[in-house]
Order: sequence, then C-alpha cells, then structure tokens
Amino acid sequence: MVELKVDWKPRDENTVFHHPIERIDGVEKASGFAKYSTDYAGLHTRLLTSPHAHAKITSIDLSPLKDVAGVKAAYVFPQRAPDGDTLFEINWEGTPIAAVAAETPAQAAQGAKAIKIEYEVLDHFVDEDDLEAAAARGLSKPGRRESVDGDPDAAIKNADVVHKGHYGIHSITHCCLEPHGSTCAWNGDDKLDVQLSTQNVSGTGGQFAGAPEIGIDAANVTVNCEYIGGGFGSKFAADEWGIACAALAKQAGRPVQLHLGRRAELGVAGSRPSGFADVTIAAKSDGTIVAWDSHHWGTNGIKGGTVSQVPYVIQPEHRRVRTTGIVTNTGPARAWRAPNHPQACALTCTVIDDLAAALGMDPLDVFLKNVGISTGSQLSNPAEVYQAEMETAAELMDWRGKWKGRGQWDDSGWKRGLGMALHTWGGRAGGGSCTIKVHPDGTVETFAGTQDIGTGTRTCIAQVVAETFGLPLSAVQVNIGSNKYPPSGPSGGSTTIGGVSGPHRRAAIDALGRIFDKVAAKYDVDAAQLSADGENVVAGGKTVCTWRQAAGLLGPMGLEVMGEGPKNDGLTSAGVGGVQMVDLSVDPETGRVRINKYVAVQDIGTIVNHQLAKSQVLGAMIQCIAYGLSEERIMDNASGRFINANLRDYKLPRIGDIGELVVEFYEPDEQYNKGVVGLGEPPVISGGAAIANAVANAIGVRVPVIPLTPKRILDALASA
Amino acid sequence: MSKQRVVTCSINGHEESFLCRPRQTLLEVLRDVLDLTGTKEGCSNGNCGACTILLDGRPVDSCLVLAVECEGAEIETIEGVAAHGQLAPVQQAFLEGAALQCGICTPGFIMSTKALLRENPHPSEEQIRFYLAGNLCRCTGYDKIVRAVQATAEQAAAEN
Ligand code: FES
Ligand code: FES
Repeated sequence: MVELKVDWKPRDENTVFHHPIERIDGVEKASGFAKYSTDYAGLHTRLLTSPHAHAKITSIDLSPLKDVAGVKAAYVFPQRAPDGDTLFEINWEGTPIAAVAAETPAQAAQGAKAIKIEYEVLDHFVDEDDLEAAAARGLSKPGRRESVDGDPDAAIKNADVVHKGHYGIHSITHCCLEPHGSTCAWNGDDKLDVQLSTQNVSGTGGQFAGAPEIGIDAANVTVNCEYIGGGFGSKFAADEWGIACAALAKQAGRPVQLHLGRRAELGVAGSRPSGFADVTIAAKSDGTIVAWDSHHWGTNGIKGGTVSQVPYVIQPEHRRVRTTGIVTNTGPARAWRAPNHPQACALTCTVIDDLAAALGMDPLDVFLKNVGISTGSQLSNPAEVYQAEMETAAELMDWRGKWKGRGQWDDSGWKRGLGMALHTWGGRAGGGSCTIKVHPDGTVETFAGTQDIGTGTRTCIAQVVAETFGLPLSAVQVNIGSNKYPPSGPSGGSTTIGGVSGPHRRAAIDALGRIFDKVAAKYDVDAAQLSADGENVVAGGKTVCTWRQAAGLLGPMGLEVMGEGPKNDGLTSAGVGGVQMVDLSVDPETGRVRINKYVAVQDIGTIVNHQLAKSQVLGAMIQCIAYGLSEERIMDNASGRFINANLRDYKLPRIGDIGELVVEFYEPDEQYNKGVVGLGEPPVISGGAAIANAVANAIGVRVPVIPLTPKRILDALASA
Repeated sequence: MSKQRVVTCSINGHEESFLCRPRQTLLEVLRDVLDLTGTKEGCSNGNCGACTILLDGRPVDSCLVLAVECEGAEIETIEGVAAHGQLAPVQQAFLEGAALQCGICTPGFIMSTKALLRENPHPSEEQIRFYLAGNLCRCTGYDKIVRAVQATAEQAAAEN
C-alpha cells in the first residue's frame, strides 16, 4: 500500500483546515433544535437535600409519600438511611439525601417536602480564609508540598528589595448554565439509555453499569450527549444523582429526568478551591527576583486539600514553599478549567506586581526580565516566546505609552490603571479513537465517542477530515456524542481538539492511501503521485478520475478505517503560554470597576479554526472578569450555608460589564508547525491576576483578595 | 388538586389550546406540554434569561409567567424564528459571528435581540448591552453577541 506521510499540510495549502469556519452545528443551536440532556422528557424529580453543613441523619421516613398525588418513585441515596448504630454523616449543605420522581415538578417537590427527616446537627466550619481558627479546631493539616530550593533565607537577607504581603483568591463554582443531570430510560430489565450532560461520553457508561443499584453489563448502557450546556471540568462522572435517576426510572418503569436545581448546581456540583498566602519575595535593584518564601493555604472542602504550583511560571532560584490544607464543610471541589493555575497565578503574579511597585519599576520590565532567568520546570515555552508575546500585548495595549506608576495617573473621579500577568499550560492530546467510513458515493462519515462542550469539536473534526480528502465540509458527516462510537477521552485539561484531530487525520490519510491504491490499480498510475483536489483524483496536474469514481472502486460496502491517538508523529503537541493585560477604571466612591480594554495574547501551536479558537479565548476572558471582580461562593459562618447560591446573588458579568476585548494569537510558522494543542484552559488563568494588578495600579493600594468586589476595594482604600 | 384549565393562545402564529394547572409556568407548559424545548431553563427565577420568549411582542422570562395568564396572547418562541427552513437574519448573524458556544443561552439571546430590534432597529452599542443585560452566558465572550446584534441591525438597514 502507498505510504502517505502523516503530517499537516504546509500552512498556505490548506483550504478548510486552519481556516475560520463557522460551527457546523450552529444551525441547530441557533434555531432551538439542538437537544440537550434537559430536553429529553421523563418523570420530573426533586431532591431532598440537607439544610445543614454538618449533621447526622437520625431518621428518614418515606411513608408520607404514599399520600402525595403523582409520585411514582422514590430513592434514598446510599448510606443516607440510618442503619443501626452507623449514622450517615453529612459534611456539607445541599448533600442530596433522597429523590422523588413524579408526574409534574410541583408533585415531585411536594413529595420531597413530605419526607420526614430528623438530624442531629453538629458543629461546622466553613471559614476557608481563617487559618488560625482552623488550626484551633484541629481542621488544618500540612499540605502535600513542602519544598526548599537553594537558600531562600540568605537570598532574602542579601537582597536589595524585600516585599511581604498577604494574598488570596476565594472559591468559585462551575455554575454551568445547563445543570448537571440526565434523563434515563430502561429498555427491558437490563438495558439502560442515558441522556447525560457530560464531558465524558465514553467513560461514564461503566460507572452507571457498575453501581450496585443498577448492576448490568457496561455494554448495555448507552450514554448520549449530543449537546451540553457547559461543564468547565465538573461533568466527568455519572454522579450519584445520575445513578439515582437510573434507579428511579427502573422503579417507575418510565423515563425519568433528574437535573439539579440551581441551588444544588452551585452548591454540590463542583467548586474551585480557594487559596490564600503569606509571601515574601526579594529582588536585586535591577528587578531580578532572587527569592520566594511562601506559606499558602485554602480548602477543597472536607478533604482539606489546597492549591499547589506556587510560585507560578517564574521560579526564582531560591525558594521555600509550605502548604496547609483546611478541612471545611463546603461543597466538594472538582477540576475547574485549568485546575490550580488561576489560583497559583493570582498568588504569584500579584506578588510580582507589588514587588515591581516596591522597586519603582514597570511590572512589564520585571516580567520580561524574569522569564529569562527563571529556573525550574514551569516554563512551557522558551522565554523568547513569552517575551515576544509580552511585547505584542504591550503594543496592542499601548502599555508603554499609557503606563504610569501606582497612583500617578492624572485622573479625577474614576481612577485608571494597567495590570498584567502570565500563564502556562500543557494541553497534550487526550487518548482517542475514531472510525471513518468512505461511502461508495464519495461522502464520508466519522464516528468518535467524544463530545462537543462548546469548543467546536464537531467542526474541527469535519475540517480535519475534509481537508485530508480534499472535500467540501458538507461532504463530511460527523457523528459524536455516544458511547457506542469508538472510545475517546474526556474533554478536560485542553485535551480534546488534539485528542480528536490526530486520530481523524491519521485515519483519513490511511483511507486516502487505500483509495489511491485502488485508483492506481484501475487506471494504471503510480499511487504515490496521486492527490485529491476536492472534485477529482489527480496525478501530476492531470485528472485521473472523479472523487466519486474513486470511491466507487471501494465496492458496495465502501471503506472503513480506524484512527487512534495520541502518537508522537508531530500532529499534536503540548506546552503553551500567554500573557494578559488589562486597562480598567475604578470608582473610588463606590468601588466599582469598569474594564476599558483587555488584551489576551496566546500561543497554541497549530490552530485548527481561528474563529472557534478566538471564541474560546473570549469566553475565558469573561470568566476571568467574573472571578476577578465579582464571582464568589460566599459561605455564612454562622449557618454554614452557601448564601448566594442563585443566579441573582452569585454575580457573573453581564453583557454590559466587559469592555473591549482583544484576542491575538502568537503564530509564527514555528507555531503552525508545532502541532495541535488544546486551548480550553490557558486563557482562563492569568486574567484574574491582571485585573487585580490593574486595580492596584489604579488606586495605589493592593486589594489582597480576589474577587475584587466593591466592598474589598473600598476597604483597601479606607485602610491605605 | 387545583383544577386544570384550558388556555388558548397563538404560538408562533398557530392557534394552540393546552391544559394547564394554575401554578404551572409558561416555561413548563412550553417545554413539557407542547414539547417546545428550544426555550431553556437556567434558573427558574428570572435571573438568567435562558427562558426568554416574546409575549405579545415583549420579551419576558417565561419561568416568571403563569401559563393561565396567556389566554388570547401571542407567544413567539425560538422555534418560530426561522421561517420555511431558512434561518432568520438574527440567527444567521449569531452563527456567522460565532456568537454561540455551548448554545444553551442562545435561544434566549436571540429572542431578546428580536424584541430589541423590533423596538429599536438602530440601537447603539450601549443600548444593545443594556437591553440584553438580562441574558446570561457562561461561555462566550459576549463581545461576539454584541457584534452579531449590530450585524443584524446593519443588514436590515441595508435592505430597507
Ligand atoms: S430560567 Fe427563566 S430567567 Fe432563568
Ligand atoms: S454559549 Fe454556553 S451559556 Fe452561552
């Protein structure tokens, strides 16, 4: 068989790949016909959840349910029912205890309310910032990381400038607009169909099958997810409420839908750990950072883990890092877009900005200088790439023209400021496989058990395959979103676009080679000379046959080939970086912040689709504005409750809150030649720190804890 | 149990009658009774705009409207925006301008945009941002939504 080279085409030879193509599923989404998990009908479910942050259930009585009209099934979450001496301990408010399925939402709610339950309420602790209080109650524990490199004490002692400060970033939640959940339907006793809102189509069937309440063969579970309304790292599992849904459907003998209500979605379906730190940083008078010494703490809930990777990107030669985890009665953490990185960036780049202020230097110069001398393994890119990106961002922002030292801006009323921060990410392709079928009429179908979480996975697959066969996009039918297709990895950690583009390109190249063999045999030409140009198969500029005639040679069954990945053949890669800069204004009277301009410069290897890639970055920038300025899980110490778990008080930016956003990809030829890298995580990392730094530049003092709410800004101004 | 009522109204230009209970929201009836699931539910309390529909031409959060209030009303939902298998210009603009990602907020944004452009065919950027402030999106950059609304308005102006 002819061996075709596995690589991407030279940059300027692409006609579909590496082009800003519209989403191929945009019509369904814009017309309301895209079906999400919540759109599949079934009996309605409501949960009984714990109002207490820490308690034991002493009794549960479901018998009142028999008097509630419309109730068809009820379920107590495993171990939640008191069993002799072992009382199930609830460790955070909102823990699901029971679920009731009924004909209407109102009846299900009535059912959940009718369940009689008694608790023994226990002491709780939710103050994630308060290290002393946690230690006093025995709720702090040494973190996994305690490291010393070089001699930080001596380096600090001998430094020209030393800065010390306290910094922090609060917990946020994933807050998917489509809540977690599923619609489950049984087909006989042993076949389960699940419409699941998931980032992990291929990996969740076994979780349903293996649950004791379900106990069927994994091959008998179908998981579908054609469309998903956001996940951000929180939708990898079947989840206990998914199992509950399947159990209720079995009991009722009817399809059941169970999607979390907004309060539960915010409270129990995923949060990002907080991080707080006391830091000492030291530098020479020319801005060279020589030492870092930090103790940081935070919580991921009852497990008491905390963030790592501090200091971030820039690793001074001498450093000491100590971590402490705090055990809190708060909803559990899940991977939130770029786990650890936004917090690590916030706890590092704000400190460097304060150091720059102490040195009387422009922070841009301090970052430029120190990426070049950083030690350790966090730099994903050569320093020159970061430096080039910083220069590009500075130009787009007119940083050099605008920048002034803290509080030196000549403004009355609203105070203006600039801030910046850097980030890094891996983005290696995830594992994945696919099948490509070439039909005898020349059309192509692809199948992969992946999912499109908004990234544009379908579109990228279509581009890769169409480009390889030289076909228009419309000739490629992409099938994803089912675990019946060849397995693909979960969509997390920026692994998807690399994870699907490699296997699809390999399979398509393989198929093309087989088709060329047939053409070569039939028309007596050299297979190695053939190429496909959209309409025809050509050799040396001359048409040998049409594409359709070539496909016709495959016989009535057409051709089916498999693709796999990841492989080290250069199609995909890893290791990216970027810089973000923010220009904003602060109203010192009210503490309100207005974003004037926000610039993101990002390298990302081979870009499959610039339009989709830009959307990813823009969306990430909005999330940075969210967690930078307003988004926060607010826990009430007295009640142990998450008091703003609704979309009115859990403050996300609206369309008027965002200012001018500028996205620029750093893409010289070596980036195109690098291979495909995932983009979901990197642009969401450094915006929070950049915003915090711009506020410090504007008002002349550091607001130490993110998000920079009006109250925190006013408090910082008052204490200045 | 409270008595069910028959409500007759126009939905996307067609007269429809449905049975509903007094406490059922319009959102619930659209989705669960009439199978019009293009209208989405994000919060059920008027804070996300995912359930936006037009009621007698005005954009409303259908999770805050009782279905029984709709007797004789004219209701427009996302399913009625495209005509004869053709996307409406506003939908086309959202698509071409990449103003959607996961897409779950998109029907609500499109309905709000429709109402805005009917009321004010030439909105300023500030007016667009003000009018769409009730619609929440967790994934896109909003920026592209503003551009898509502007593109729709410009196209309509060019055609007139
Ligand atoms: S569902 Fe109606 S506003 Fe959110
Ligand atoms: S596109 Fe996902 S919420 Fe708007």
